[in-house]
Amino acid sequence: MALRYPCGGPGETGAAGQNPRDIIGEVKFLRMKPGHGEVLLAEGDPRVREDEERLVEEFRRQLDEGMWAAVPVRNPGSGRREAQMVKQYGDIPPDSERVIFFPRASGG
Amino acid sequence: MLLALLALALVTVVLAAPIAYRRATAWHAERARRRPAHPGELDLNLYDPGRERRAEQRARELLRSCVNEEEWGMYRDLGFIRVAGRHARRELDRDRGPRPAYAYLVYPHKPIVAFVPENGQLLSEYCVEFPDLSGTGGRHRLPASDDVLAKWMALTSDEDRVIRRANMHLVGRQLDPARVRRDLWRLAEWERRRGNREQVHQSQR
Repeated sequence: MALRYPCGGPGETGAAGQNPRDIIGEVKFLRMKPGHGEVLLAEGDPRVREDEERLVEEFRRQLDEGMWAAVPVRNPGSGRREAQMVKQYGDIPPDSERVIFFPRASGG
Repeated sequence: MLLALLALALVTVVLAAPIAYRRATAWHAERARRRPAHPGELDLNLYDPGRERRAEQRARELLRSCVNEEEWGMYRDLGFIRVAGRHARRELDRDRGPRPAYAYLVYPHKPIVAFVPENGQLLSEYCVEFPDLSGTGGRHRLPASDDVLAKWMALTSDEDRVIRRANMHLVGRQLDPARVRRDLWRLAEWERRRGNREQVHQSQR
């Protein structure tokens, strides 16, 4: 799976300020769990390679367990909040603060 | 006589000790096996009356942090959220601008109801669940606010996918149509009062 910032972060390129992550910082992976509410699965700075590897691994693990992943975002046109479904780690918008994993839908 | 009874009891204890020891060891091993590896996955089977309440409280905070302020107010005051549909129902609907041709009412642990906002016509109900089958202790149901958030995220991000997975029925299979109509009326009243409040706030500035 491709890393989200293949050009590297500011520490590697010296190009601070070019990446939204330079401002936003860490990303959290949360999972909805029966009897718990949300549980923090992992958090880290995707610019740091060790953190990113851990996040990628956790992302894959959750999808393998049958979870869906979504990121709360703001629609740039309407300004309204909505969610964006992410199917692979590389799809996570760069300025995301959290990714929420939840069980996939099934007919009730 | 007493001495004989004591001797009998002693023999019984000695004979039963290995069995009791084996049972205790097996029970201990089983308990250790059930214990999750990660602290975040802690899932005690003991009954805790506050547990579901705390989970729901956390879920409400998460929901509040994700949805629009108007939607949060709707859920807090009315117990459901309205989500606009993304598609046009007919060719005529393509020129409607920001007004949706249809919308959904999202209830916790109940079917999603599709309706026409302009005239309140109920279209269909979509039975959908988000069961966590990896859960332990027989718990598969998310807290109510997590269920609403899961539906909201699924509808706002990939409406087609969640609707495809749902079982569609005419309204009335699980939800009472009269109750849904009453909820639409409550929603209209809530929006009217909210609009009035905002007008008052604006005039006071």
